[in-house]
Amino acid sequence: MSPTASSTRESGISTAVTEAAAHVERTPDAEIAGTSLWRSAWRRLLRNRLAVFGMVMIGLIVTASIVGPPIIRTTTGYTYDSIPAESSLVRSFPPLRAPDGSLSAAHPMGTDSSGRDILARVLLGGRISLMVGIIATLVSLVIGIAYGATAGYLGGHVDDVMMRIVDVLYAIPYMMVVIVLLALFGGQSAIGQLFLLFAALGAVSWLTMARIVRGQVISLKNREFVLAARAGGVSTRKIIQRHLIPNTIGPVIVYATLTVPSVMLQEAFLSFLGLGVQAPLASWGSLAADGIQNIAVFPWQLLFPGITMALTLVSLNFLGDGLRDALDPQTRKT
Amino acid sequence: MIRFVLRRLLVTIPMILVVVTLTWGLIRLAPGNFYATERGLPAAVEQNIRAKYGLDQPWYVQYGRMMANTLRGDMGTSLSYDGQPVNEILRRTIPVSAGLGLLAYLLALTVGVTTGTLAALRQNSGLDYSSMGLAMLGISLPNFVLGPLLVLLFSLTLYWLPPARWDGLFSRSMVLPVLTLSAIYMAYIARLTRAGMLEVLRSDYIRTARAKGLRERHIVIRHAMRGGILPVVSFSGPALAILVTGTVVVERIFAIPGVGNYFIQANLNRDEPLILGIVVFISVIILMLNLLVDVAYGFIDPRVRY
Repeated sequence: MSPTASSTRESGISTAVTEAAAHVERTPDAEIAGTSLWRSAWRRLLRNRLAVFGMVMIGLIVTASIVGPPIIRTTTGYTYDSIPAESSLVRSFPPLRAPDGSLSAAHPMGTDSSGRDILARVLLGGRISLMVGIIATLVSLVIGIAYGATAGYLGGHVDDVMMRIVDVLYAIPYMMVVIVLLALFGGQSAIGQLFLLFAALGAVSWLTMARIVRGQVISLKNREFVLAARAGGVSTRKIIQRHLIPNTIGPVIVYATLTVPSVMLQEAFLSFLGLGVQAPLASWGSLAADGIQNIAVFPWQLLFPGITMALTLVSLNFLGDGLRDALDPQTRKT
Repeated sequence: MIRFVLRRLLVTIPMILVVVTLTWGLIRLAPGNFYATERGLPAAVEQNIRAKYGLDQPWYVQYGRMMANTLRGDMGTSLSYDGQPVNEILRRTIPVSAGLGLLAYLLALTVGVTTGTLAALRQNSGLDYSSMGLAMLGISLPNFVLGPLLVLLFSLTLYWLPPARWDGLFSRSMVLPVLTLSAIYMAYIARLTRAGMLEVLRSDYIRTARAKGLRERHIVIRHAMRGGILPVVSFSGPALAILVTGTVVVERIFAIPGVGNYFIQANLNRDEPLILGIVVFISVIILMLNLLVDVAYGFIDPRVRY
């Protein structure tokens, strides 16, 4: 852990590493290993074609769901909840068809039974599904890291009790409790239901995160740099914040990437049952639920939200797998 | 061993009580009630209803009564299904859901372990890539998309199988539900088996077995599988949780009269005794099965000590 090693490195490198070095200055202990680890991990990730595919797809889907709705509104005038005023248009048209049956680009994914543009609804659903996934994952990150790091570092009886609590919560069929929670407390307003959903999914998805962080912290806490910090009189809280948490970041990133699709899947499941996102808002789960009603006659109502969702989840899973291969020294040797 | 099981049982009982209390508390705290109508009830009628169900008592009396009944196994009477006892509904619906789940899990286990093992034996072959690609699809395709797609293909296009009807557990109409439910397990199990087998096949004891000149088939089935399958066994715990949510969706899509369908309906109807009864029963089953998984772990892996 010598400054000489880092300066020899810095002499022959580009700007990208200067940033990393700036980051390193904040966490002196991660230093050399940190810099090279991230760079080589990034290179490994780029070599993984599936992970790159995942990254590109996620980029496209996120961009589309952000800029898509305004573009559709300005070009065709449709928003996710605009029902045509003319009653002959209030029915489900196939993709790329005008009311008279000729080809038309007005509704690339067709319309639903109320004549609403499915593309606009799928993009709105994407916004909401991704938002649920990301916010619930952030909630699980904050709780999981704080909880796991504390338990792992303090050890002993505190660790025993804290992890026992996690074990107990693990074994509870929480999805049933979430269903009860959403069914009985929800239904007041669409936005209220959305917040309930964030809270419920975030509150249950931190358990694995806490376990992972705890395992990491336990393996780190007896290393020399922590000992040195403790000898230097750094407080327990500072050691956890400054020295332990930054070093657990690899597995945490991997697991967070894999939490996003699993939370999105749970959200879709709840919305599919009519307990999650409420009309007029839409998520991919609620769109699929609507689509199933008419699958025999209007299959496109299910196909487009379903395929978009599956594509997003595949991409996130590919990226997560790729990150794991890139960051986990265990699998690297194979 | 016996001490371990007993200790786990002792931990399990308070956990069940926690789940019951949590659910009961949620039901009590939720706004509204099951007898609320849009026009409202005459005060005298409402008073009578409240007295009949003991809702005029203080909460701790209600809680004590509920807990005592639960511990005696008496879950009361359903409010929305015309006075049917909750236990009666459970007895009718649980075997349906359990059968569906079991069939799906057995199918997933057979296909998943076989595929995972073959993929590990021929790592980086076409078979490996294609099966792992399929597995990734299985993990990512939500079952409420997969199910209708299968219906669209096999029922509405090819006319091979009935789309959604109930003719009992072992009938043609169960093919699609079982397939839909098992897809995600199949995928997980195949991935876990492959990863586990890859690790085991490189280990020293397999090299020893090879050096002894054992037949490859013997090495794979008797020696490697035992270690390689451990991740699958520990997955069975979380798998149960997915099973509960999975069956709810599948029962809903394919109109199967299982407990999941009743659970959602009970929540929408605010049928409080039925909600509580189902939560208690499912919790007990899941906790017991978790215990079973832990015990099974020790049988397969002799290194595990209780």
